[in-house]
Amino acid sequence: MAENTMRAAFPLSTRALFSRIGIAPLLAGLVLILIILAAVCAPLVAPHDPIYQNPIQRLKPPSAEYLLGTDNYGRDLLSRVIWGARVSLLIGLGVTVMAVVIGLAIGLVSGFFRLADAVIMRIMDGLMAMPSVLLAIAIVSLMGASIWTVMAAITIPEIPRVVRLVRSIVLSAREEPYVEAAISMGTSLPRVLWRHLMPNTFAPLTVQATYVCASAILTEAILSFLGAGVSTETPTWGNIMAEARIYFRLKPELIFWPGLALSMCILSINLLGDWARDVLDPRMGKRES
Amino acid sequence: MTAIWSGLRSGLAAATALTMTTVLPAFAETTITAVMHSGLRVLDPVITTAHITRDNAFMIFDTLVALDEDFVVQPQMASFEVSEDGLSYTFTLRDGLKWHDGGEVTPADCIASMKRWMQRDGGGQMIEARMESLEATGDNSFELTLTEPFPYTLEAMAKPSGLALFMMPERLASTPANEPIPEMIGSGPFKFVQDEFQPGVKVVYEKNEDYVPAEGPQSWFAGAKDVKVDRVEWVTMPDAQTSLNALMNGEIDFLEQVPVDLLPLLEGMPGLQNQVLAPLGYVTIGRMNFLHPPFDDPKIRQAAKLALSQEDVLTALIGNPDYFKVCGAIFGCDTPFEFSDGSESLTSGGDIEAAKALLEEAGYDGTPVVLMQPTDVVTLTAQPIVAAQALREAGFTVDMQPMDWQTLVTRRASQADPADGGWNLFFTNWIVPEVSNPLANIMLPGRGDDAWFGWPTDETMNGLLDDFASAAELEDQKAAAQQIQARVMENVNYIHLGQYFNPSAWSDSLTGITEAPFPVFWGVEKEG
Amino acid sequence: MPVYFLRRVLAAIPVMLVVAVFVFLLLRLTPGDPAAVLAGDMATPEQLEQIRASLGLNDPLYVQFLRWMGDLLRGDFGTSLISNQPVLDLVADRMWPTIWIALITITLSVIVAVPMGVVAAWKHRSWIDHLVMTFSVLGFSIPVFVIGYLLIKLFALDLGLLPVQGYVAPSEDLPGFAARAVLPALTLASIYIALIARMTRASLLDVLGEDYVRTARAKGLAERRVLFRHALRNAAVPVMTVIGTGFALLISGVVVTESVYNIPGLGRLTVDSIFARDYPVIQALILLTSGIYVLVNLAIDLSYSFLDPRIRY
Repeated sequence: MAENTMRAAFPLSTRALFSRIGIAPLLAGLVLILIILAAVCAPLVAPHDPIYQNPIQRLKPPSAEYLLGTDNYGRDLLSRVIWGARVSLLIGLGVTVMAVVIGLAIGLVSGFFRLADAVIMRIMDGLMAMPSVLLAIAIVSLMGASIWTVMAAITIPEIPRVVRLVRSIVLSAREEPYVEAAISMGTSLPRVLWRHLMPNTFAPLTVQATYVCASAILTEAILSFLGAGVSTETPTWGNIMAEARIYFRLKPELIFWPGLALSMCILSINLLGDWARDVLDPRMGKRES
Repeated sequence: MTAIWSGLRSGLAAATALTMTTVLPAFAETTITAVMHSGLRVLDPVITTAHITRDNAFMIFDTLVALDEDFVVQPQMASFEVSEDGLSYTFTLRDGLKWHDGGEVTPADCIASMKRWMQRDGGGQMIEARMESLEATGDNSFELTLTEPFPYTLEAMAKPSGLALFMMPERLASTPANEPIPEMIGSGPFKFVQDEFQPGVKVVYEKNEDYVPAEGPQSWFAGAKDVKVDRVEWVTMPDAQTSLNALMNGEIDFLEQVPVDLLPLLEGMPGLQNQVLAPLGYVTIGRMNFLHPPFDDPKIRQAAKLALSQEDVLTALIGNPDYFKVCGAIFGCDTPFEFSDGSESLTSGGDIEAAKALLEEAGYDGTPVVLMQPTDVVTLTAQPIVAAQALREAGFTVDMQPMDWQTLVTRRASQADPADGGWNLFFTNWIVPEVSNPLANIMLPGRGDDAWFGWPTDETMNGLLDDFASAAELEDQKAAAQQIQARVMENVNYIHLGQYFNPSAWSDSLTGITEAPFPVFWGVEKEG
Repeated sequence: MPVYFLRRVLAAIPVMLVVAVFVFLLLRLTPGDPAAVLAGDMATPEQLEQIRASLGLNDPLYVQFLRWMGDLLRGDFGTSLISNQPVLDLVADRMWPTIWIALITITLSVIVAVPMGVVAAWKHRSWIDHLVMTFSVLGFSIPVFVIGYLLIKLFALDLGLLPVQGYVAPSEDLPGFAARAVLPALTLASIYIALIARMTRASLLDVLGEDYVRTARAKGLAERRVLFRHALRNAAVPVMTVIGTGFALLISGVVVTESVYNIPGLGRLTVDSIFARDYPVIQALILLTSGIYVLVNLAIDLSYSFLDPRIRY
């Protein structure tokens, strides 16, 4: 019934889109595109300079001039949230790409070659054994608190997690008959890794990647909370919230709006991740049919 | 290792302790639980000038002489007499003074304590430089003899800031001045409970039952230190929101610092009150590096000073104007040396146009100002942000570099080029008694490499300080202080950015809390 | 198996050595000066120099490192530069709050998250699935400190059910301990529940697509049996990995929760020590956490072969 109504209500292309992708991922994509647009066009969209302070206007409630009100320096919250999208997305995506690419490569090698495995896993153990917060604070204070050092500081502790995950999957998968067969047939090693082992990692890795992305944006907030984050002259969703934390009970909107932006963004990334897995992993399709 | 095992055992025991009932003390002990401004980690008050270490020392140790609320030096452990020529000071210990380990307080203890202090404290060093002798003259008296009159002597010994002069047993006071004392044995109104001390977490004090309070009404650190509770516990809480919640939930009795913006949460809460206990409050300042461009040029320092507005800085820092004071006096408003010469632009909203003009006249070439911004000290985050905006409006190029406070204090000790790990400008805060006397104010001396960070060379200032040190009468001191004020504003030895005040809050069950530059717990009663 | 076990334990030694060298260098290369922390704001450059000398910070790096290693071999972890307390006492004081909170959090997370993930996978694409996923996403899209503040506001201030902050040892006062542990554990668990539930669901969905599960289904086995007998067991490997890494993260990552709830644990000790550049304490803490980490992961690697018979050592 619903199918038919849809068919009638939408022209062919849109209908196809809906039925093939589903509403949730579409909405998620829309939200993410909006956020990315806001991030890219921040100078055009934001009504005020996000770092211009006006002490007389501090902690003002929402008004026509300041749609979401102002923070404790009299800076426009809306503009800060819009500009914050830039840096937060950059940190989230940057960290994810770096962690996944590096982690996948190391993990595949480690899971497949026993010899390399011993060495690599000891190094990864060593790396993971360091409290990530310590590592981040140390790196940030060593090199100064710029966006890039914060990104590096968040990426390094993420890598071993990706490696361990990939490795555990490869350990399972390489015992599979088709992998053993491929090896015995003399398929070259890179090909075995690429064609037979890597696809197995897609599903869990997509989940892990969305988690890494979310956690990177959040870790940045925690570094700000601890006093080792990006300078408040460069607004991020995380440092807006961290800076406003003492106003949690007096002016919760200072935390609510960046928090909402953050949650919507991460929710969308996750929904898209789930959808991507369903599409990418052929076995999913088999099960559904 | 034993500690770990006993921890494990106690942990395991807990799993089987379900049936055990908590044993309550037979009589009701009174304990004040307080949250102070930071955690206590360093115990020796001669090693560090950290405020929390000094606050702790005032609980445990006593002082020879003490400052009262009128800035007058009063006897505390000892009465004193100054000879006509101002060269000899005789101290006579009062009766009944005992160390916490039971020993008697002797002149030898006091002399050793003074000598250790003189190695480290600025005021102490000034006394030592003029000292002829320091000797016992009887069972309970000793004498300090100087080579020239030094009217600041008693005040240096009584000042509650910088390094205050505390009395310790000789065996502790004979520890080298750059090594920490091994024990906390004093003669003060509270005893330090070593077993319950957790650095950075918790400090516990017990009432010193043997303490004989001095005579006279309690006033700041002078007069009777009458302890009216059994225990005081200081608990560290790193999160301002948490400590305020704990106070509102009745889990703590006293909170030293309430962020002014959060006061509305306390208004109308039954059973709680809040008040500014240190009416002189704090000053906030900016310090420049005199060694490197652009601030090696007095005109450019002037331009930066002209650009800044106390009101803007204090509004961003504090918010509520009831809790800050635009004040041009470098020695603090409401102090004996209050003068405001040269501070007009600072106190009237800044003068960006004049700053621009002066900057142009000085031929500023756009050399970036490396401004260090601490990210983890709440009371220091606003100043750099506001200053950066004002300096940019005036035409400065500002390179604001965020860093944690420890990186900042290390980096400010570096004389390197600002582009190469050095710096041009940072901000810090003092309590007013730390700056209110020209000889206590560490930012003033212009002795180049030996001066405080920023290393100004300023012979004019050194001369004025000498004038002040040798002035015998208050009027002469005031005249010198006024010239020092004018010199600071003209040469911009530092930028004085005004005064602010910090409300404390406590439960109604506490009575007898008095004003002082920092909280004291003698004289405080707790009901229930 | 015992040989493997022994080899792994021996392999931990070079790991720890690498950690030790790395941390030592990282700390010494990081700007910061314990002498400046010790001396306070009014210290003059000359006084700083005196203190630095008396702490032995002016010695060449290799001398400092060898001295530290030598002391370690004698079982001496050194003394805090700042508080002058033996490092071992400091750590022993602070480790139990963290360990207790971490254990409660892990237990709570597994108990809640695994069933959530199973149900979500079982009812794949139903409203339950969406609900579970949305909830779990929310769990890690809100910063920990905000979750903490929210829980405190609700349960401690508005409802007055629980204390706002603090810690008492369970041996001293078990009900008091429990009352104070609930909120921190819930706060921390919000992240791990999200993480473990998602991982359980994802790996279960994977396994449900495998041939042997489809065969089991085709054979007419009850859905619940398929789920628990065949699927969950195989899905457990990635889930265990996440729990294992999560445990290590917990030990090091509780610092925000410890700040918000004022728990005197290792997390805060670590961050305080970093900000104070208290080298001996940081070094000891890292060795301790890395030791715990190595042990936990050894246990988890061994559990792989138990959970998935196809993996053998």
